[in-house]
Amino acid sequence: MELSGAQILLQSLADEGVEYIFGYPGGAVLHIYDAIFQQEAVKHILVRHEQGATHAADGYARATGKPGVVLVTSGPGATNAVTGIATAYMDSIPMVVISGQVSSPVIGSDAFQEVDMVGITRPCVKHNFLVKDVTKLAETIKKAFYVATTGRPGPVVVDIPKDITAPNILVPYKYPKKVSLRSYNPVVNVAKEQIKAAVELLLSANKPMIYAGGGVVLGEASSELTEFTRHLGYPITNTLMGLGAYPATDKQFVGMLGMHGTYEANMAMHESDVIIAIGARFDDRVTGKLDEFCPYAKIIHIDIDPASISKTIKKIAIPIVGDVKPVLKQLLECLKDSKKKPNKKALETWWQQIDEWRAVQSLEYDRSSDLIKPQFVIEQLYQVTKGDAYVTSDVGQHQMWAAQYYHFDKPRRWINSGGLGTMGFGLPAAIGVKLAFPDADVACVTGEASIQMCIQELSTALQFKTPVKIINLNNRYMGMVRQWQEFSYECRYSHSYMDTIPDFVKLAEAYGHVGIRIDKPEEVRPALEQAFAMKDRTVFLDIMTDRTENVYPMIEAGKGHHDMKLRVALGTSTDRELA
Amino acid sequence: MKHIISILIENEAGALSRVAGLFSARGYNIESLTVAATEDPSLSRMTLVTRGSEDVIAQITKQLNKLIDVVKLIDLADSPHIERELMMVKIKTTEQTRNDIRSVVDIFRGRILDVTPNSYVIEMTGSSEKLDAFTAAISHDSIIEVVRSGATGISRGEQGLHL
Ligand SMILES: Cc1cc2nc3c(=O)[nH]c(=O)nc-3n(C[C@H](O)[C@H](O)[C@H](O)COP(=O)(O)OP(=O)(O)OC[C@H]3O[C@@H](n4cnc5c(N)ncnc54)[C@H](O)[C@@H]3O)c2cc1C
Ligand SMILES: Cc1ncc(C[n+]2csc(CCOP(=O)(O)OP(=O)(O)O)c2C)c(N)n1
Ligand SMILES: [Mg+2]
Repeated sequence: MELSGAQILLQSLADEGVEYIFGYPGGAVLHIYDAIFQQEAVKHILVRHEQGATHAADGYARATGKPGVVLVTSGPGATNAVTGIATAYMDSIPMVVISGQVSSPVIGSDAFQEVDMVGITRPCVKHNFLVKDVTKLAETIKKAFYVATTGRPGPVVVDIPKDITAPNILVPYKYPKKVSLRSYNPVVNVAKEQIKAAVELLLSANKPMIYAGGGVVLGEASSELTEFTRHLGYPITNTLMGLGAYPATDKQFVGMLGMHGTYEANMAMHESDVIIAIGARFDDRVTGKLDEFCPYAKIIHIDIDPASISKTIKKIAIPIVGDVKPVLKQLLECLKDSKKKPNKKALETWWQQIDEWRAVQSLEYDRSSDLIKPQFVIEQLYQVTKGDAYVTSDVGQHQMWAAQYYHFDKPRRWINSGGLGTMGFGLPAAIGVKLAFPDADVACVTGEASIQMCIQELSTALQFKTPVKIINLNNRYMGMVRQWQEFSYECRYSHSYMDTIPDFVKLAEAYGHVGIRIDKPEEVRPALEQAFAMKDRTVFLDIMTDRTENVYPMIEAGKGHHDMKLRVALGTSTDRELA
Repeated sequence: MKHIISILIENEAGALSRVAGLFSARGYNIESLTVAATEDPSLSRMTLVTRGSEDVIAQITKQLNKLIDVVKLIDLADSPHIERELMMVKIKTTEQTRNDIRSVVDIFRGRILDVTPNSYVIEMTGSSEKLDAFTAAISHDSIIEVVRSGATGISRGEQGLHL
């Protein structure tokens, strides 16, 4: 079969099993768009901004586990995609981004819409390729998917000069079944001795903790983690990226840890004598002050990326480089074979201690307020969707409340930008999720500032019929920024609010959707029910929440886990600094 | 401590910038970097001299290994090895200083490559420390310019860094 480069690209994507590409046309990719026009296997989703394409592909990838695919033109199309590529990179999301490039002969001449995409994206991709020869195109695409999806996943950019896709140059096409790169070997075998040593340490614990992260979700190891955790009877905490890896409603789950984690999770980490970190990377939002991190603990660390081990926390007693799923299976087998059992008495005392910390009720908030409490909205969302929705979020306080009050029992339900913290992520990500699961409830929890960063994708949602529900926790503040200014800058609210906020109801309507404004607590539940009952409409719920509510608990910068700021008094917060 | 990291890397456009970019992005320092093709034209060999605590060097080698283009690497400091660097120095000479300079060059086993009435170009190879010692032994004012290749290295014994 002889095909042009553009046809080869499309056929390769089809052979790779790609359902959707998220893209936006332009000069350098016109040959490719012409090929898209003439095939049906791969569906193209036309976004309204290339950043939206990357986040939508990313949301699709996070919800399905399959790589997201993006197509952008050279120059501004490519640079617009960079934020989304970096977002995927920080959270290890598999993604393949095809960018158009100016024709090979003019590369380097400051040609129209030329930008060095390979150079610009180098620090925020797992790998990137510049295609120089059309006969290597299919193989390069295969390599891109292989690298993006194996080992520690990540985004891969394939930059394709326009002449490579020219319709008049036909070459034989064959999509390779397998590729290998001599310089890349993602498979790792774990030594039995490491497993044994880990089990021995685990069973010697008096105050054990399981600290599991996004790696469990990425490695599809939730059921193994659950079995492992139940077998031991140890307390478990999840990172923001790990939420759903272990059922949040289970009694062994002590909540999220870290900056906005629960009191019990952070105190237990601090007091623990043996911690097993599973697919988690000791991020600074998690560790707080490094010198004070888990002072009494011996740490076992399982990670597929050797560079994650001893990167921030140096004192790792037992490093295990490997894929979390087989490693957890091996650990469980070894545990079952072991004559030694967990120290029952010590564990009982440990759980008593943890229950005392739980009794502090660090997530409690003022339920008698006349104002709409954002936490209440998320609780209602949880109830109305029966805890079974896909929830995407933007970045800010609303993100933390969604993480704290929506109890994720399944992996891949909680979809947010943790590592880069990209405002604008939520709406396009929700569109990607809805395309993957058209029958599922998809909610985007957002804030009035974040939603405006990719609001244009409301138009995409109409065209491609992705009826998502936007839950806008409208506090008329960049709440997360305002909170830091309240705590650390004596309430000098420098540019953390907008004097003009659009009428989101009208805006939603202008885009062809349903908009509902909610001002009173008692309206929240009915509005949510109404929104989710409208199965085929995108609904924008603009919810006026308490302006000055803060996210608690909080570990402030430079503090340790045992040094948390709790909600001081449960009382109605006033508009103290606004009056 | 000083580490000499020897890297086999795909001989592709951009491979060098991936390594250099990694160092600047992560704030590691590069004391010197040399790179050239090997007997296998699809591979380049890179020698990178860096300094840092054990923790930092461990992260550097892990991060380098993570680069898809990097095929293999070793830290030469881990085992007996030979280190060589090439230096060329241009030195002002006068009737009076010429003999002295020549004898220092002899002591350091250097060679004189170019002579004019007022200058010498001296070639010298050795460990970076030896080259430092030579420049220290020559009066600073007489040095016109110095060009150094950066260190390269190879391990002793029959083991080698190859595919
Ligand atoms: C406003 C804001 C506040 C935040 N507050 C918090 C907070 O309070 N608490 C919190 O936890 N986070 C918080 N975060 C998120 C934080 O920035 C990090 O993104 C997050 O903590 C990282 O999660 P993780 O450690 O699970 O790692 P991830 O980023 O999910 O990384 C996964 C790790 O698993 C490894 N891995 C991948 N696949 C596998 C596999 N198959 N097998 C084994 N290992 C694998 C990877 O190599 C990597 O090391 C916040 C973010 C924002 C924007
Ligand atoms: C693209 C981008 N710019 C700036 C920031 C810094 N930032 C983090 S949270 C936040 C405010 C978000 O406000 P809003 O969306 O209203 O959410 P809220 O905190 O009020 O819930 C800002 C500006 C960011 N994370 N991303
Ligand atoms: Mg806000």
